[in-house]
Order: sequence, then structure tokens, then C-alpha cells
Amino acid sequence: MISLTSYAFVSMILFSIGVIGVIARRNIFVIYMSIELMLNGVNLFLVTFARYHFNMDPQIITIMVISIAAAEAAIFLSVIILLYRSKKSLDTDIFTSLSQGEKA
Amino acid sequence: MIDTSLLVWIILAPLLGAILNGGIYFYHIKKKPVPQLVFSIIGTGTPLIAFLITLSLFLNMVEGGITYKQELFTWLSIDSLHITMGFLGDNLAIFMSMFVTFVGWLIHIYAIGYMTGDNGFGKFFAYFNLFLSSMLILVLADNPVILFIGWEGVGVCSYLLIAFYYNNKDNVIAGNKAFIANRVGDFGFILGIITLFFALGEVNLSFTSLEANISNASTGLLLLSGFLLFVGAMGKSAQIPLYVWLPDAMAGPTPISALIHAATMVTAGVYMVARFHFLYSGIEEIGTFIAYIGAFSALLAAVIATRQTDIKKILAYSTMSQLGYMFIAVGLGFYSSGLFHVFTHAFFKAMLFMGAGGMIIALHHEQNIFKMAQHRAQLPIIKATFFIGVLAISGVPFLSGFFSKDAILAAAFQEGQYLIWIIAMFTAFLTAFYMFRMFFILFIAPNKHLENYVYTSKTITFPLVILAMGAIGAGYLNLPTVLGGEHMVDTWLAMLNSNKIHMSHLTEWILMILSVAVASAGIFVAYKKYSEFDVFKPEEETGLIGNKFYVDELYDRIFVQFSKKVSTFIDKTLDDKIIDGFIMGTCNQFITFGKKVAALQNANVRFYATFMLVGMSCVFVYLYISLGL
Repeated sequence: MISLTSYAFVSMILFSIGVIGVIARRNIFVIYMSIELMLNGVNLFLVTFARYHFNMDPQIITIMVISIAAAEAAIFLSVIILLYRSKKSLDTDIFTSLSQGEKA
Repeated sequence: MIDTSLLVWIILAPLLGAILNGGIYFYHIKKKPVPQLVFSIIGTGTPLIAFLITLSLFLNMVEGGITYKQELFTWLSIDSLHITMGFLGDNLAIFMSMFVTFVGWLIHIYAIGYMTGDNGFGKFFAYFNLFLSSMLILVLADNPVILFIGWEGVGVCSYLLIAFYYNNKDNVIAGNKAFIANRVGDFGFILGIITLFFALGEVNLSFTSLEANISNASTGLLLLSGFLLFVGAMGKSAQIPLYVWLPDAMAGPTPISALIHAATMVTAGVYMVARFHFLYSGIEEIGTFIAYIGAFSALLAAVIATRQTDIKKILAYSTMSQLGYMFIAVGLGFYSSGLFHVFTHAFFKAMLFMGAGGMIIALHHEQNIFKMAQHRAQLPIIKATFFIGVLAISGVPFLSGFFSKDAILAAAFQEGQYLIWIIAMFTAFLTAFYMFRMFFILFIAPNKHLENYVYTSKTITFPLVILAMGAIGAGYLNLPTVLGGEHMVDTWLAMLNSNKIHMSHLTEWILMILSVAVASAGIFVAYKKYSEFDVFKPEEETGLIGNKFYVDELYDRIFVQFSKKVSTFIDKTLDDKIIDGFIMGTCNQFITFGKKVAALQNANVRFYATFMLVGMSCVFVYLYISLGL
């Protein structure tokens, strides 16, 4: 029997990897994937507790998160394509036109 | 009191002249030239209309013993303050406006000759008419506020006219000086009116109701008000300490000097004191103060005039000196004597100025009397009228100046003001001396050069001859009883309740002989010194007197330089360094802080994510601790 702590631990590791990916990586695809990783880390956490407490509410939330993530993926990917078309690059550090003092 | 609709036309006639002339002058500059004749007809016609209206009112008043008034509309109505745009044609106002319009009209005619060919001919007449109209507002006003409109109006016009040749910087400075010195006085004047209003409380501000209610007011406020009103008179009538503008005002063309600075504007102060006779007769302390100021102004101006070399400045100082006499009279309560001197002075001083102007024109704008004597031109009419003027102002018997000045001297003696009397006597001596000094140098002192005959235009000589008759004859209107006269002017101005001369005939004779002796002494000293004077070795304006006692320099040091220093200090130190430093310092702090915060908005996604993470972590840590989980 795998303990509750192990499940929690795995989901925290997934979340942390996602956070580090968002912060550390420059490729916009990798950032997107890291965000998905964070979402799934949370999902795993919710599902674990649903099972542990025999409560269905977290499962509903999980289903919602998955469906929203699907919708998000559609928008995110199209935005990435537009960004790529405008700058021919996927490096996030190039897209700084919202910054102070820099002309768009 | 009889209502009339004519009174306002005395003022409106010259005002319309000013507007018409001004309008035509614009057309003259912008579109096509208009002949001088048009300006001349409008410019001289309108004062003549004003004079004729005044004359007709005067004749009616002589017959019927009535006074006129006209109320046009309510100008201001605030709480208990009601000011009516009204005009009063009582004996005093009509007396004054009689000679203001008459002498003014003659000077307008003279100005045609003097200004011929000048580019600003039309503008000059527009200003001139405007000036006359302001002066008449001042004279005919039925309450102090309307009087103040005229009071300011003559101030503005004198500024415009003194700085008439505005291309020359000196003229502009002189104009500014006149205006600023007048403003100082005007400030006092308006404070005086306000004090008077508070002293009397809820009362209609017209002169008649002021006179009726003056006894209700407290003496302290009346003293203050009388003093403040006189401060206005000091400015307008060029008395110590606000006299400095008058000599500089000679920068304007000579007709202006004749009209403004001899015959009319400067007498406004004397007129004002007479107008407020009901106030001043109740506060004798202020009256004595006025008399002393007048006496010292008369003396100071006469002393300075003895060393001046500019013909117009000599005349300017003599004006100030004569104004001093008038203030001695009105200060001591002899209002009608003061106004009588205003009246005679208007004739001979206007004439002297116009004669001087005629010579200045003939000698190509030379004003130094010694240089004028070097290139002496033959001007018989001007010479004759100038001689009459000099005799009249010096107080030679049987000319107008003698009678009016003698009345003032007798008044000072009778009131027991012996110091004033001695100063006035000494000033009379000086007056005779400096006027004859000027006359001897200009016309008598030997000159090897040939005298050229110079043609002077009729418009210059005609007014001179008329005024010469006035300068001789005007004095007989107020002949004292001791000489078999009837005091006609005193009787006409009986409403002023002036003090009367009531001394024995013997004393009066002695005083008269004394003043004749003093005048003769002055003439004799001038004759000794200047009748054989070598005009090619001119006197310079040196020494204490020649430099006008350094009063201008003193004022410059005290007021001009001091306020310049203060304003420099406020501008450069207080404003630039302290206030600006404080404000800009605060502002800079915000800018620096803002820049630092703005650095966070660097559009770097990873940076934002980190920041978000840190923030969220902090919130969770806080929740963890505070909820005690």
C-alpha cells in the first residue's frame, strides 16, 4: 500500500518541477508544458484526497481543471503561433514590449 | 438744485471728440491719410462746445442764484453703498470748469500750431480731448467715487501724453515715473474715500449728503480720512514728498506741459481739498499740516528753480512752487483765495509754457536757456506775452498774480502762522528772482549774434494774446476792499465758508507794500546778476541745488534700489533656492522612487513568475502561521 504521503510527495514534486520550469526556462513551449505540469500536480493532489476521504467534490474540480486546461491549450497554442509569426522566435525574453520605457 | 440734462454734455463733448479723433486716426494710419484740418476741427471744436455749455449754465446761475445737478443712473448698489453716476454743477464746479474748458480750449488751438506736421497729430488730439474730459469728470463729479474716476483718468492721460514720443526711452521713463508717483497718491486717496464711507456709515456718498452728515462722524476717522485724501493730492498736485514726477514730466510736448502740468491736472489736488471743505474745516490739524507741506514745497521748488537751466523745468518747478501757495491757502481754510490763485495761475502759467513752447519750436527744440539765448530769435509777440507772464508770477502789482498771491500771504499772516508767512515771503523773493533770471538770460543779456526774425503761426500767437489779457485782468475779479474791489470770486464761492481776511486796512497796506518790496528785491538781484550775463559762459546744474538736493537719487536709493534688492532676494534666493528647492526636492524624490518601482515592470515573464511565486509563498506562510495549522 502506497501511503498518502507518497502521493502528496509526488504531486508536490510535479508542481515544483512545473514552477521551476516556468521560472527558469526561456522557451515558450517549455513554459507552457511546465504550466500543464503544475496543473496536473494539483490534480493528482486533489484526486488523492478524494480517494482518501471518499469525497467526490475534489474529483469534480479535477474534471473542471482538465477541461479548462484543454480550452486553455487551444488559446495558448494559437497565441504561441502568433508570437512566433511576429518575431520568428520562441524566446520569452524577446517579448518585452509591455515594459516601461520601451517603445513597442 | 435744478435738474438739467446739459451738465453731462460738458464731459461728453470732449469725450466724443476723443473717440472720433481716435477712430479717424486709426483710419488715417490703416487706410489713407486724413488732413490735419479734420483732427483740428474736432479737437478744438469739442472743448469749445464744452466751454459754451459751461458759460450758458454760468450765466443762468448768475441770474438765478441756482445750482445744477444731473443724475444719470445708479452705477453701483451694494448693501448700504449706493453710487449714482451723477454730476453736480454748483458754484465751485462751474467756476473751475469755466477756466478749465476755456484755458483748455486755447491750449488746444495752440497745439494745432505746435504739433503741425507731427505723425501723431490725430493721436495727440484724441489724448488731449480725453484728458480734458477726464478733468471735467473730476470737476463736475457729485460724489467722491465719480471724482476718483476723473482723478485716475487724468493720471492715465498724463502718462499717455508724457510718453507721447515713445521712441525715446527717457520719455517713457518719465511717463512711468509720473504714473507711479501718482499711483502712490491715488492709493492714499482711495483709502481716504473708504475711511470716509466707514466714518459716516449708511449714507449716500454724494457731496451734498456727506456735507449734511459730516457732524455724525468720529473725529479720529475724519482726521485719518482727511490725511489720506491729502496724500492723493500730494501725488496729483506735486507736493513734498511725491513731487518728483513733475519736472520729469516736461518730457512731453509743450502743449501738454501747459495743459496738464500748469493749468489743470495739478490743480486737481487743490480743487479736491476745496471740494471737501466741509471735511477740512472741521479738522484744523490736518489743515495746518497741509499748509506746512505747501509752504515747504513752495520753498523747495523755488530754491531748485534758481539753478535749473532747462526752460521747461524752471517753469515746472515754478508750478510746484505756486501749487504750494495754493495749499497754504486751502490748508488754512481760505478756500476761495486758494482757488482764486488756481484761476489766475492757469492763465499766466499756461501762457508762460506756451511762450516757452513757441521759442523751443523756433529754436529747433533747444531747451537750455543759455543756448537759447545764444541763438536768439526775434519773436516779438512771444517776448511781450512772456514778459507779462513773468511779471504776473513774480507778484508785480496790477497783474493777476499779485492779487491772488497777496491774498494768500495776508491769510497766512492773519492766521498767526508766521513761519509759513516768512517762508512764503522768501519764496516770493525767489520766484521773482528765478523768473527774471530766465527772462534776462533769454531776452536781455547781450548777444553779439544777429537776431533773426522767426515767423510763428497764428495758432500759436492767438491763444497767447488772449491769455495775456487774462493774466493782466483776471486779478481784478477778486479785488480786495482795501483797493476798492468787491471780492467777486469770494462772493461767488461763498458756499465754501472760507475764512475771511479781516485785518485793518493799515496792516493790509503794509503787507502789500512788503510783498511788493520783496518781489522788487528779487527782480533787482536778478537784474544785477543776469542783465549783463555772458550767455556764452552758461551756468551748469552743479552743487546741492543744481542736483535738486539729490532727492531723486535718494528716492532711487531708498525705494527703487531697495525694492529691487528685496525682489532679487525673493526671486533668486527665496523662490529659486528655498521654495523651489523644497518643491522640486519632493518631486525628485517621487521621481527617483517611481523609477525604482518601474524597474519591476520589465516585461520579463520569468521575472513576473518568480515574483508571483514569492508573493504567493508569503501569503501561504502567513496563512499557515496565523491560522495555526
